[in-house]
Amino acid sequence: MAELQFREAIREAIDEEMAREEKVFIMGEEVAEYNGAYKATEGLLDKYGYKRVIDTPISELGFAGIGVGAAMNGLRPIVEFMTFNFAVLAADQIINHASKAGYMTGGQISMPIVFRGPNASAGQLGATHSVAYDSMYAHFPGLKVIYTSEPDDAKGLLKSAIRDDNPVLFMESEQMYGMKGEVSEEEDYIIPIGKGKIKREGSDVTVVAHGKMYHVAKQAAAQLEKDGVDVEIIDPRTVKPLDLPLIVESIKKTNRCVVVDEAHPFAGFAAEIGFLIQREAFDYLDAPVQRVTLPDVNAPFAKNLFDAWLPDAKNVIEAVNKVTYRN
Amino acid sequence: MAKKNTDEVNFAPRGIGDEKDGAVQKGVDLPAPTKKKHKSLGLSEDDLKAMYEQMYLQRRFEERAMQQYQKGKFGGFLHLYIGQEAVSTGTVYALNDDDDIITAYRDHGWGLCRGITPNEGMAELFGKKTGCSKGKGGSMHFAKTENHFWGGYGIVGGHIPIGGGLAFANKYNQNGRISATFFGDGAVDQGALHETFNIANLWGLPAIFAVENNGYSMGTAARRHTVNEIVDRAKGYGMKSRVVNGMDVFSVYEAMKEVAEEVRKNSEPYFLEIRTYRYRGHSMSDPQKYRTKEELENYQKNDPIERLKTYLKDNKILKDDGIQEIEEKVEQEVLDAVEFADNSDFPDESELYDDMFAEDEPYFHN
Repeated sequence: MAELQFREAIREAIDEEMAREEKVFIMGEEVAEYNGAYKATEGLLDKYGYKRVIDTPISELGFAGIGVGAAMNGLRPIVEFMTFNFAVLAADQIINHASKAGYMTGGQISMPIVFRGPNASAGQLGATHSVAYDSMYAHFPGLKVIYTSEPDDAKGLLKSAIRDDNPVLFMESEQMYGMKGEVSEEEDYIIPIGKGKIKREGSDVTVVAHGKMYHVAKQAAAQLEKDGVDVEIIDPRTVKPLDLPLIVESIKKTNRCVVVDEAHPFAGFAAEIGFLIQREAFDYLDAPVQRVTLPDVNAPFAKNLFDAWLPDAKNVIEAVNKVTYRN
Repeated sequence: MAKKNTDEVNFAPRGIGDEKDGAVQKGVDLPAPTKKKHKSLGLSEDDLKAMYEQMYLQRRFEERAMQQYQKGKFGGFLHLYIGQEAVSTGTVYALNDDDDIITAYRDHGWGLCRGITPNEGMAELFGKKTGCSKGKGGSMHFAKTENHFWGGYGIVGGHIPIGGGLAFANKYNQNGRISATFFGDGAVDQGALHETFNIANLWGLPAIFAVENNGYSMGTAARRHTVNEIVDRAKGYGMKSRVVNGMDVFSVYEAMKEVAEEVRKNSEPYFLEIRTYRYRGHSMSDPQKYRTKEELENYQKNDPIERLKTYLKDNKILKDDGIQEIEEKVEQEVLDAVEFADNSDFPDESELYDDMFAEDEPYFHN
């Protein structure tokens, strides 16, 4: 195992896939000369040149669509968005075109494309730079959505995403690029899309958390352990396809569930998990499923309001207390 | 009575193709057709006969499709290409067979021209499994990728960057192919066009972008939806451009041949404004109250099929009976296609989930 930053794990995945396959290239705002807005692509221009590491104008719809056309015509593009908040400008290309072209042509078109970049909020960036989009994209058929919490998952899953013949949204957290973690040094390290992971075994309550929220859940679990509550944390890693059996099996053991999600509550990932659990494991539940999400309000700027807005360990502990009837 | 421009504030459109202050604003006038004869264009007599057959097929196919639609044989939207056949035909004959073509929702003519058989096309309209897109696409989503026809797309302007991407891949692979992206005049108002033009010239994409300016963005005349000459959109992006008479198949062929050669050689994008006219409404639900009968008849005097027919006869390439032979053959082909579509099966309900993912055993979240 090697200790890598999140951004280094991502870079290794891209580098290895570009070295392996000539058809893989990366384009996006500041990916080349500037070495990446968050340095995820540092050094790639020097290594692969201007043909395969391409700076784009600030023109999300345009370059995302060019990626879609290039994927249709035999290439394997990685399209980096400086943040998924800006990718909304390219939503037509992702939702209306990348996800549908294959189906509506009766399978004549294949769409091996990865859209990646930072997702959700960082500190005090205000309302337009703080939205988590994984739930939204997961709503649409034909798209795969990944939002990982640790460098090891990021490397293994990004390599899978680049090899996938379908459009994949690969999300990273702006606040986690510098986070370090042990990454497998196994040659050609691949984690299959759709497989979640039990990241902490426990017997009292199942907490489902992905992306940045996994770390919030982990913090809460450490605190709860002191209070004698044994938390099991499942990181689904891929939002869609979702490893539902893993979650259900865990609930059969713990009989309680809290979902922690960085998105807004209505019609989001946490709502979906809540529904699926009542359908698949109703008889095993000893308490109603609880969710911890952002409130149904835009991100504020003021430090104190922002802190109140973003879910933290305290919120998770409160939810766990509810499902365990401890107060 | 609508108020005249006496309001202090008004948003009366100031677009093209209108008469304003006694002066006609250009923008929809047909440029003069080419004076060249077929031989100097490099077209044989057989090419001409094939072109005539192709254009006539597109027209009869759609007339029959319209009839079947009115009989309730299929639903959805039906946007007819009738009047614009010279554009598809002139282009397809001018480009190489492995150049990439992509278009918007008015796509039947393009599909037929690029090798979708009348059977496959009509069956797709009927939503049958024998259709070119297995009944999953319908009228707006014809495609035949093995013939480098990437399809019809239903979001106005949404496919313009994709056309740029087809060219990107061709340049990346250095395969000598170019892409040609067609869209209607309504799409010139979309940001997608502007973003793509900028990137296409920035990166030197071997791409032709061509607007089929048929004068109307759905029911909104050019004078009410767009300012200044459409062809001038290219200037701001440093792209070469020209205006082409789209009612004359020779003019389209000549322009496309020259432009394709230049784009291929220099790896640079090129913008064509092809002025044409659609005879039917935007779609079948359009009562066309926005234009006069006289306007329509005026354009029909330039009918692309009639023009080629006259040329064939004047140049003694075909006589009346020869023309009739082609037309009867096409008519039979189209009638057979209707029968084929009618007799074909709908996709099995078990096929609902097919073609969604590349995997053999895909995941669905239900």
